[in-house]
Amino acid sequence: MIDGVLLRVEEMTAGYTEPLVGPLSLTLKSGEVVGIRGPNGSGKSTFLASLVGASRVFSGRVDKRPELRIVFMRQKPLPVKGIPFCASELLALAGASAEGLPSRYVAQLGERLDALSGGQLQFFTLWPCLNTRADVVLLDEPTNNLDAKSIADLAQLLRRKKDEGRGVFVVSHDERFIDATCDRTVNFA
Amino acid sequence: MESPFDPLFFDPFLTGAAYAVALPLVGLALRLRDEWLAALAFAQISALGALLALVFAAPASLGGLAAAVGAAAVKQAFEGAGKKARGTVYALLFLFGWGASVLLVVNLPIAEHAAHALFDGQLYFTGRTHLVYAFLLTGALIVFLRLLSRRLLRAHFFPDFFHARTDVAEISEKHVVLLFDLAAAVVLAFATMSVGVMAAFALLFVPPLIAFAWGRNWRHATAIAVAVGVAAHLTAFVLALALDQPYGPLLGILLIVAAVSGIRRQKTEDRR
Repeated sequence: MIDGVLLRVEEMTAGYTEPLVGPLSLTLKSGEVVGIRGPNGSGKSTFLASLVGASRVFSGRVDKRPELRIVFMRQKPLPVKGIPFCASELLALAGASAEGLPSRYVAQLGERLDALSGGQLQFFTLWPCLNTRADVVLLDEPTNNLDAKSIADLAQLLRRKKDEGRGVFVVSHDERFIDATCDRTVNFA
Repeated sequence: MESPFDPLFFDPFLTGAAYAVALPLVGLALRLRDEWLAALAFAQISALGALLALVFAAPASLGGLAAAVGAAAVKQAFEGAGKKARGTVYALLFLFGWGASVLLVVNLPIAEHAAHALFDGQLYFTGRTHLVYAFLLTGALIVFLRLLSRRLLRAHFFPDFFHARTDVAEISEKHVVLLFDLAAAVVLAFATMSVGVMAAFALLFVPPLIAFAWGRNWRHATAIAVAVGVAAHLTAFVLALALDQPYGPLLGILLIVAAVSGIRRQKTEDRR
């Protein structure tokens, strides 16, 4: 694998029972944030899932740098309803520190996750994904339910990841967020 | 009035106390995965296994254990299926265990006495061997959960966390779940043969129900579940001795009374 390339996808088709996306060819380099746009059903989430083996690769290949750590934040909210689990436990579970957490979220650390608002839960799901030693972060609609302030915090976290030399794929319908945070974008027709 | 500290009753009391710690711990993890129905299936199938073993003049514990491990294997075979499909499998396993057990009891007199003990509970007739098994299993379960509960929780909240990492010789989340299923099946098999099918299920189902409703966090919920299990066992044991009533049904009734608080709290939370 060429220096700086974290993963490379070549002529890949992916799906569940049949191919839903592809053939696709693209690379993700160290320190790069790549946005993925496309209409509903164009296979954006399926593509992210294929990178962690959660959907099936039918043809083509995915090459990853050896020892690559990938974190995948799915679009679906965390299954927290009725479960006595608090935000600080969620961070500890993922090995993420609360250091640097925006002050308005610090007060929520002891709260049960099922007592948080949709936006608060979304931020607490994002935080561990962006504060662990992962080399590649896959984010599926990360701005869902977030207010403007939290979207700005997310953009800052992505910049920090980029500076640390990590690679990020972001799937989002939020065009402004993609334009503001991504180095380049890929369109899924 | 008889005392649980009477030498005659002390071993059964301690045996029940050990399962009053172990079963709520297993129940917490099963409830997290929304798989409490699997516990009922495990308990019923292990009772069937114990009965079958007696019919073939084999040790009941061996039969119960083999059957429970078999049920865990069936559960694993459906691990990739949806939640509803898995729920259906557990319900069918439970019905099979019940139907086959009743047919054995009706047709084979040797199974009848053992069936009463298994379904109603035979805690007062347990001896030192049961006590040793109970303490060993509970100790092993606590060590197992200390080592792997983090992975079980991560499999629930972050199934794709650090996915695709190939350099670490760690067992996968899928294997952690498999190990847990086996541990749950073994604990339930032995607990069923000591306290009975429904008492084992009550200890596994109700304390976690209350803990999920009242727990501020996972650690707090774990403490609540164990405290409720032990308190219910202690109360049921003393009442059963004082009133000369069977332990299992008393334990069940006490836990149902305690569960009302959990259900009311859950309904309030669901409306939010």
